[in-house]
Amino acid sequence: MKPAPFALHLPGTVPQALQLLAGQPNARVIAGGQSLMPMLNMRLAMPDHLIDLNGVQGLAGIREDGGDIVLGAMTRQREIEFSDLVADKLPVMREAILNVGHRQTRNRGTIGGSLCHMDPSAELPTICALMDARMVIESARGRREVPAAEFAEGFMSTCIQPEELLTEVRIRPWAPGHGWRFLEFARRHGDFAVVSAAALVERGADGAIARAALVLGGVDAAPVRLPAAEALLAGSRGEDAALREAAELAGAGEALDDPAYPSWYRQRLARKLMYRAIAGALERCGAQPGRA
Amino acid sequence: MQEAGSATLHKIVLHVNGQPREAEVESRTTLADCLRGGLGLTGTHLGCEHGVCGACTVLVDGHSARSCLMLARQAERYPIDTVEGLARDGLLNDLQQAFRELHGLQCGFCTPGILMTLTELLRDQPKADEAAVRDALSGHLCRCTGYQNIVAAALAALRRQRGEA
Amino acid sequence: MTQLPPASGLPQIGRRQPRIEDPRLLAGQGRYVSDVEPPGALHAAFVRSPHAHAAILSIDASRAREVPGVAAVLTAADLAARMPTLRMPLGFPTKALPPDITPYVLAPEEVCFVGEAVALVLATSRYAAEDGAAEVDVDYDPLPALSDCRQALDPDSPRVRREAPDNVLTRFEVEYGDCGQAFAGAAHVFKESLHQHRGGAHPMEGRGVVAEFDELRDTLTVWSSTQMAHELQFTLAEMLDIAETRVRVLAPDVGGGFGAKFLVYPEEIAVAAAALFLRKPVKWIEDRAEHFVSAIQERDQYWDVEIAVDGEARVLGIRGRMIHDQGAYTPQGINCPYNAATGVTGPYIVPAYRLEAYVAQTNKVYTIPVRGAGYPEGAFVMERLLDRVAAELGLDRAEVRLRNLVTPAKMPYVKPLKNRAGKPITLDSGDYPASQATVLQAIGYAGFAQRKAQARSEGRYIGIGLAHAVKGTGRGPFESGCVKISSTGRVSVATGAMAMGQGMHTAMAQIAAGELGVPVESVQVISGDTSFISMGIGGFASRQTVTAGSSVLLAARQVAGKARKVGAYLLQAGEDEVELRDGRVQVRGQPGRAMSFAQIARTLRGIPGYDLPPGAGAGLEATVYWEPDAMAYANACHACEVEVDVDTGGVSLLRYVAMQDCGTLINPLIVEGQIHGGIVHGIGNALFEYMRYDEYGQPLSTTFADYLLPTSTEIPPLELIFAHSPSATNPLGVKGVGEVGTIPVTSAIASAIDDALSDFGVRVQAIPVDPVRLAQQLEESRRKAA
Repeated sequence: MKPAPFALHLPGTVPQALQLLAGQPNARVIAGGQSLMPMLNMRLAMPDHLIDLNGVQGLAGIREDGGDIVLGAMTRQREIEFSDLVADKLPVMREAILNVGHRQTRNRGTIGGSLCHMDPSAELPTICALMDARMVIESARGRREVPAAEFAEGFMSTCIQPEELLTEVRIRPWAPGHGWRFLEFARRHGDFAVVSAAALVERGADGAIARAALVLGGVDAAPVRLPAAEALLAGSRGEDAALREAAELAGAGEALDDPAYPSWYRQRLARKLMYRAIAGALERCGAQPGRA
Repeated sequence: MQEAGSATLHKIVLHVNGQPREAEVESRTTLADCLRGGLGLTGTHLGCEHGVCGACTVLVDGHSARSCLMLARQAERYPIDTVEGLARDGLLNDLQQAFRELHGLQCGFCTPGILMTLTELLRDQPKADEAAVRDALSGHLCRCTGYQNIVAAALAALRRQRGEA
Repeated sequence: MTQLPPASGLPQIGRRQPRIEDPRLLAGQGRYVSDVEPPGALHAAFVRSPHAHAAILSIDASRAREVPGVAAVLTAADLAARMPTLRMPLGFPTKALPPDITPYVLAPEEVCFVGEAVALVLATSRYAAEDGAAEVDVDYDPLPALSDCRQALDPDSPRVRREAPDNVLTRFEVEYGDCGQAFAGAAHVFKESLHQHRGGAHPMEGRGVVAEFDELRDTLTVWSSTQMAHELQFTLAEMLDIAETRVRVLAPDVGGGFGAKFLVYPEEIAVAAAALFLRKPVKWIEDRAEHFVSAIQERDQYWDVEIAVDGEARVLGIRGRMIHDQGAYTPQGINCPYNAATGVTGPYIVPAYRLEAYVAQTNKVYTIPVRGAGYPEGAFVMERLLDRVAAELGLDRAEVRLRNLVTPAKMPYVKPLKNRAGKPITLDSGDYPASQATVLQAIGYAGFAQRKAQARSEGRYIGIGLAHAVKGTGRGPFESGCVKISSTGRVSVATGAMAMGQGMHTAMAQIAAGELGVPVESVQVISGDTSFISMGIGGFASRQTVTAGSSVLLAARQVAGKARKVGAYLLQAGEDEVELRDGRVQVRGQPGRAMSFAQIARTLRGIPGYDLPPGAGAGLEATVYWEPDAMAYANACHACEVEVDVDTGGVSLLRYVAMQDCGTLINPLIVEGQIHGGIVHGIGNALFEYMRYDEYGQPLSTTFADYLLPTSTEIPPLELIFAHSPSATNPLGVKGVGEVGTIPVTSAIASAIDDALSDFGVRVQAIPVDPVRLAQQLEESRRKAA
């Protein structure tokens, strides 16, 4: 399993990388390589040009900027795992990242790489959808911001054009004291999720749920937000009946079907996992999910 | 620079086990193949070439990583450590000794990759317990040992490092 | 953790000796076949069929030959011009099978499974060889493919190979006693339909061959990651029409076998042929993608069986039908289905038995035994039936087993079944009821009901299961052991036994060192090299410690005896006055009166014109080919606790207790490792390993992301207990350990899952257990209850 031939370019800056992207036909960028290299080794991807982002200055790092947490696209998953800023401000992302692959893949894998690969089961795209992240995409012609809801375009594809580069992911953290929970069903520790579910909740001063965000991974080509279920929860006090109804809605959407995991099974997982996700988030919110 | 087909070879210098090592590679040559072929360091093994089995694990800039998922030319900027660098003056180090004493290997094919991951663990998580050891090992497949003695050897090495031998 | 075995009286036996193999391997100085590279070697890549079944209309390699780095492209036509036949010989030859069933070195006219090799590309690197392979243009005419082995029984099903008159390769019956009567008079009869799915062996090191014809030495040297060096040598000689004396096979360090390397493969012959014909070294290293499609697999098996019991749950008879998926070709007989068919009754008394077995061909890669070799399949059937009896009659599962186990009082227990050598299966030793009692005690079986109720009150579903197993080990016809002391006093052991990670060198070194009174580390063990010993059978079926161990023991004893005799002669002492000590023969109590092994060896080398000492014979060496008369039966009893997540169908293992009786243990350290590995292999078969194909014979599980092997986080601590009933069938009293740890695992886990889901009446009828299927069964149960 050896890659087909390609030319390898090693730019040092973002403008150099963008120039290469614009100038080379059939070119791809390589970030951590944890998703792309297997495809190259199996000759499922055969670019003529590979642009290595690992030496590009200024693409990695986690910082605060005007109320956002900004993660450079080349930020290693390992850095996210050990970041105090992420643990503090984006705790659901930290919980999710512990499920991403293994130590060895997190040491090299990047958030940008995971997002651009857009595997239906991947945890980081799911979290970005949950948190309405904004993707900053640059090209030689300029820069644009795309909200997470518009980022994925289909099975393992995004809106990024051939001459464009994802440079940053911007996330507005939820207020301190919010509840959060990510969980997934995978066959083994570190495997891609068959289905994942994540929830963020915020209680108002009156104890009612003021805000909720719910997402499913692995049920469709891209992560699926659940606006109806979110609205339902946001009008409730988090009683068990509301959780069950929200979970039913989660399991009611269409789901991917494949020989290993048929759609009814993914729907079942969606229902069961979403219930647990909401319950877990509410617990962290300092309130008990209501029981009949 | 444009390349025609696979013909172009690049001269690179990798820093492996503290030594600069010269090699000539194609752009598509993986780090694993460069280590094993050009540099004659055959201790790093290839089990799957798609990043799951962990047999090819080395330390890249001190962190465990799959050498089958890196290109040799990408590796020039980092210090690389392989299994050949563990023994000192022909003597097995404490981790390797623990494997010997506790029968932590059978066919030995997955072992070098595991030794590199455990080297990282010993350095970064000196208080690791069994759960942490199994978590670190979960990125490695072993068909022979059932992992039990590997875990035992890792815990013994951790204890020895903490002076609790 | 290991109880000390009863003193066997043999020095070095029973010692937890750190392995002599380890220092090199730990330092990264192992030498596996992919580390072997003769100068100027060409690298090989095979062009493999993407179709499960197709006719080959033409092969055009002209573009491939133009690819930079490509040196040659060989097809079946090229090889046929220079080889007596392209058809591989049948391993384990038997007249009981039809002709023309073995694979081709390269497929000449028809491809019959995805992955079948049709051309060989040779280039300056594997990278270039794969570039070349991508450019070989094969014109295929797709033909209908058969994917489900059950359909093979339909006479109208599309022929798996055009030459095959029938998709059923063969049908055989295993029968004894009177099932008709047993079933007619039974108090209860229960039926089960069970499916045991296809899986692969997947050693971490794949296959590989390096071949070089050396003009200077007039020798074809073939390095292969193989479990059968001598068989490979014979086959090369036959297929390449070259004298055996001009073929040397070397197995370097082998990174695991598990049955995947216990076969002479077409690729080995193709690569050697290329080296011979092109007069250049050729190196082929299998990648994982190739292992998925072209290395052997094991199973599917579909069993429809019924069990007849009396009112006390004593088995009166078992009968049924089994369909085994052989794949598109038959390279090596039908041991696996035969073992499964004869292995069902295991350690139990079954007065009447009748199994009709169909060996069915499909358009998939061929199957031969993987670790366990059909016995896990047989055990699964028996254990599921016994669990069913217990459930239906409201009896405890352990009790049902006790009522039917062969007891020590009945041993040696001769079963009316014959093994492959035609000898009756004889359970020679072991206390199965005691094994069970020990295991149940260790896992706290008696208190489990309470633990289960407690978990239930917390909304958790846990269950306990158990299973028994026996394994005939030490399969013959022989294994070779040559013990030699050189003129420099060095002790070496050469054997036809094969090393693949199981510590065989250390075990043989211990045996020889014990007899000769030298340090274990001083013994050099040579295996897998046909130039050091002329015959050998190889590593499979848990046989080498028994057979090679016995040969090495007897050979070492002969050498020790010679050393004593000649040493005494040279020292002018009585034979009973001398002892072997630290590499010398010494008069007891008189260290000054001693002769080194080196001196004795030099004496026995002979000096021209001088006689050898009387009655000694030349050389301080001996070769023994010990032949077992009967198999040594190891036994096991396993119990485990599982938890089932009824929402997801996910299963986790909470506890695993495994009791083995492997007789005398040469090296308990190694034995424990073998049992650990065997159990985890069984866990893979029980919960994870599903080699998926679609209905057109296309493999869908082709990477380690799809085909799941257990990792460290899925395995609970394995609690091992050993009993030691030495076997009288061999001079060491040992029993093989490589597979007995695997055999009961699927059964024990299935039993535990049934117990965890007892509220729902869900029964495991297929393995690997799949969360989707469990969820489906739970859903069906919920609907029935509603």
